[in-house]
Amino acid sequence: MNDKKHLMVSAIKDGTVIDHIPARNLFKVISILGLNKIENQITFGTNLESKKLGKKAIIKIANLFFPEEDINKIALVAPDAKLNIIRDYAVVEKKVVQVPDEIVGIVKCFNPQCITNHEKITTRFTVIQKKEVALKCHYCEKITDQEHIEIL
Amino acid sequence: MKNRSLVSITDFTKEDYLKILDKAAEFEHQQPSDLLRGFVIATLFFEPSTRTRLSFESAIQRLGGKVIGFSDSNSSSVVKGETLRDTIRIVSNYSDLIVMRHPLEGSARFASEIATVPVINAGDGANQHPTQTLLDMYSIRKTQGKLENLNIFLVGDLKYGRTVHSLLMAMSAFNPKFWFVSPDELKMPSEYKLFLHSKGIEYFEQKDFAENIDLADIIYMTRVQKERFSDPMEYEKTKNALVLKKNMLANTRPGMKILHPLPRVNEISIDVDDSEKAYYFTQALNGVYIRQAIICSILGLI
Repeated sequence: MNDKKHLMVSAIKDGTVIDHIPARNLFKVISILGLNKIENQITFGTNLESKKLGKKAIIKIANLFFPEEDINKIALVAPDAKLNIIRDYAVVEKKVVQVPDEIVGIVKCFNPQCITNHEKITTRFTVIQKKEVALKCHYCEKITDQEHIEIL
Repeated sequence: MKNRSLVSITDFTKEDYLKILDKAAEFEHQQPSDLLRGFVIATLFFEPSTRTRLSFESAIQRLGGKVIGFSDSNSSSVVKGETLRDTIRIVSNYSDLIVMRHPLEGSARFASEIATVPVINAGDGANQHPTQTLLDMYSIRKTQGKLENLNIFLVGDLKYGRTVHSLLMAMSAFNPKFWFVSPDELKMPSEYKLFLHSKGIEYFEQKDFAENIDLADIIYMTRVQKERFSDPMEYEKTKNALVLKKNMLANTRPGMKILHPLPRVNEISIDVDDSEKAYYFTQALNGVYIRQAIICSILGLI
């Protein structure tokens, strides 16, 4: 039994472990952090049992440590994510993600009449509510709520 | 205000607005000749709006300014597939100020970031139309002698009507009381009610137009559009429930005025037009003075 667990999420020497990602949003997290474009060793597991999330995913990235503003970008799709910073096989720091005050790029404005959905423009939102995330578009001033958040 | 764009009603402060209203009053009293001589102002109407465009162009030409532009996108290079980004960049080179209307929301904000000259938003889809709001405020102050402590009825399409939303935001700086009169399908969105709540401003919602009408200082009418209704029967019922008729004015305050951003369809009966309480046609004329004041403020001429 233990061996099986070990296979799913093998330990790393140095790097970052991102745990408690909702399983359905694993690939969004990968894309937001640009993990599909780097050479580092990455292991991930998905559809793992979680009391809190139902099905969760976990990502382990070797030799990579994220600046705070980068990691906070995933708060939109993984608000309960927990980060463990690993040095020499030991957890040296634990972090939680925080929804930033402003979101640049990443999210699509849900308003089909918004100019950002018609011309090549980087989207920009002010976060007006952090718990049930609500984003106000800098351009059309409409509010995109949690339910309608679509990652670009 | 010099060199600043006016895209949204929240871009300027209360003090800015009062300054513009004061200037507009001066311009109404006496038109300064040739204040805009030597200036070229572009009016880019990607979507036709005769009333707003003529009001702007009249405002500019009466002060000796020159106007370039187009009145709908069919007569511009938009038909050739040019992006808004490119159109704005090019027109920036030809003009001192850009006035634009565009069917897409957020287009004016985007243009103001691309343009090297200031941009005035003359309507971006259902989003903002700040010069309309300023002319509404001007009309309110002119007829009531003040902006503070007024009882304001907002009637009709309160859900989609951008003019009522902007007016609500702007007037909230002056301690008003609001009455919202609309059918269920077109009620004031909760975000605006929350905004009023946060400012401690009282508001009342009702379906019966005549209720409390004797308290009103301003009745702000808007058009109820058929396409807003999922059920055509509901539209037919509503259409007639929210019509302002002459007999409803009997017990209203002597100084009460009726405003409407126009065009109207049937929501104000024709017999109201002769009443001294009808102000909607004069309201449109005020638009020229307000637009002159906004343009001259932004160009740093006053």
